[in-house]
Amino acid sequence: MLVNQIAVFLENRQGRIFELTEALKKANINMLVMSIADTSDYGILRAVTDDNAKAIKTLKEAGFTVNSTDLVGIEVEDRPGGLAEVLKVLYEGGIDIEYLYSFKKANDGNAIILFKVANIDKTIEIIKKSEVKLLEQKLY
Amino acid sequence: MSKYYDKVETISREELTELQSKRLVELVKRVYENVPTYRAKMDAVHIKPEEIRSIADISKLPFTEKQDLRGNYPFGLFATPMKDIVRLHASSGTTGKLTVVGYTKNDLHAWSKVVARALTAAGVTADSIVQVSYGYGLFTGGLGLHYGVEEMGATVVPTSSGNTQRQIMLMKDFKADVLCCTPSYAIYLAEEVKKENLSLDELNLKVGIFGAEPWSEEMRQVIEKSLKIKAFDIYGLSEITGPGVACECEYHDGSHISEDYFYPEIIDPVTGEPLPYGQEGELVFTTLCKEGLPLIRYRTHDITSLNIEPCRCGRTFVRMNRVTGRSDDMLIIRGVNVFPSQIESVLMRNCNVEPYYQIIIDRVNNLDVMEIDVEVNDSMFSDKVKELESLKRALESDLQSNLSVSAKVKLVGSNTLPRSEGKAKRITDNRKI
Repeated sequence: MLVNQIAVFLENRQGRIFELTEALKKANINMLVMSIADTSDYGILRAVTDDNAKAIKTLKEAGFTVNSTDLVGIEVEDRPGGLAEVLKVLYEGGIDIEYLYSFKKANDGNAIILFKVANIDKTIEIIKKSEVKLLEQKLY
Repeated sequence: MSKYYDKVETISREELTELQSKRLVELVKRVYENVPTYRAKMDAVHIKPEEIRSIADISKLPFTEKQDLRGNYPFGLFATPMKDIVRLHASSGTTGKLTVVGYTKNDLHAWSKVVARALTAAGVTADSIVQVSYGYGLFTGGLGLHYGVEEMGATVVPTSSGNTQRQIMLMKDFKADVLCCTPSYAIYLAEEVKKENLSLDELNLKVGIFGAEPWSEEMRQVIEKSLKIKAFDIYGLSEITGPGVACECEYHDGSHISEDYFYPEIIDPVTGEPLPYGQEGELVFTTLCKEGLPLIRYRTHDITSLNIEPCRCGRTFVRMNRVTGRSDDMLIIRGVNVFPSQIESVLMRNCNVEPYYQIIIDRVNNLDVMEIDVEVNDSMFSDKVKELESLKRALESDLQSNLSVSAKVKLVGSNTLPRSEGKAKRITDNRKI
């Protein structure tokens, strides 16, 4: 299943991430997972929240540049080689991964990997034909 | 060896006024007959060429603006047929289009002569070896100085700009005693000489002739000390001819304008009213002899004042003081003219919508550096670093090819640039000149 993610432009300045989390806190929005890609001048914060639409509205009002995009969610067993098996399927299927990040929900043996890919439909098709398990549970 | 290149440099003010009057009358007739834009401009204010009888009548004539050159791009203001034009130069326009200047053989000769006057005033002689480290090409700096050096019979070393190590090697091996370049490049060169542990005695430099960008007395002292030379300011702009419109003499108290070719006025930049000698305002030139691209009351947008007091050097030509600023938003970066509107059109083209941006200029290791901070808006933003980085690179390469000078692009967050009354503050110039 697809997981909607928000992405936020962050210029490299002390306190900027704090300002972002402060805005989300005031709007009572919970972040489930986040990752940051950084360059020397700026970073891109990517996150899944419990209410992305509200998060986008809140952050835009706070002056941030935000967009949203869909990621492919995959569940893997939390053991050595778990991720490698997934990546093997995607590699052999010719899928170009733009970026990925992972997390593990408590009370559950599996880890969740979120993939940004160029071609979502093809990715899902390839995964469905394989042993790899698409994320089924709702994250929020 | 005479300290003047031309007898005319010391003629009496009365004789000069007479010469200027005669030339202005001919010029006005010529442009009225040959340049439709000038005819239309004069008709619009009901001035006939016959009404211009002396230089005192010049203020009756309408001004020429850079926009007139752009509006007639490329050759529309030329007053001679193209078969008489032997060279073209070009400088930055306010938008993508360049400002094009055409020269006849006589124009080039006149230009060489005024440069030769300038070199002579700076102490250059036929025995001198002159290294010209201005860029050669469409920019007038390199070729302008080049032909002036040849005109006066000195030896020219046409190194053009760049490749500092080779510049220093040639300077040492050929024993150049005169250097022509931008003042900031002279400082850079001095530091490179120091870094290479070369003693200044291994060089033979005695005189530097610097222009194409504003500089200060403080910079002069730094250059003179670090290169052990006498530094002279040379002024010019391609529309009028190029370098050599004015140059300092040995007294370094303002630059003598070659008034027999270029008639200067100072005007109030807001009202356009002529201002008396001594008062600061915008410098305006009329090219009294130009054939290819004659310009009447061309607004340079350089802010300065004119000094009519007799100079100890004996030249009677009026002196212009240092340019203290601009009456428009033109920037000079490493000697290259840059208009914020050029930057704006590059941003518009690459970012779909006009982003908020700020131009930040600084002088690092004596070289101008320009940074453009661009606020990332929704239509530019991507969750992929790859895409933001490729936008940044596209902007940098488009800026380089449009401005002929490099700029670093920095992507910044929305609403982070300073604004006043809703408009971004476009330019921050941190250079201490």
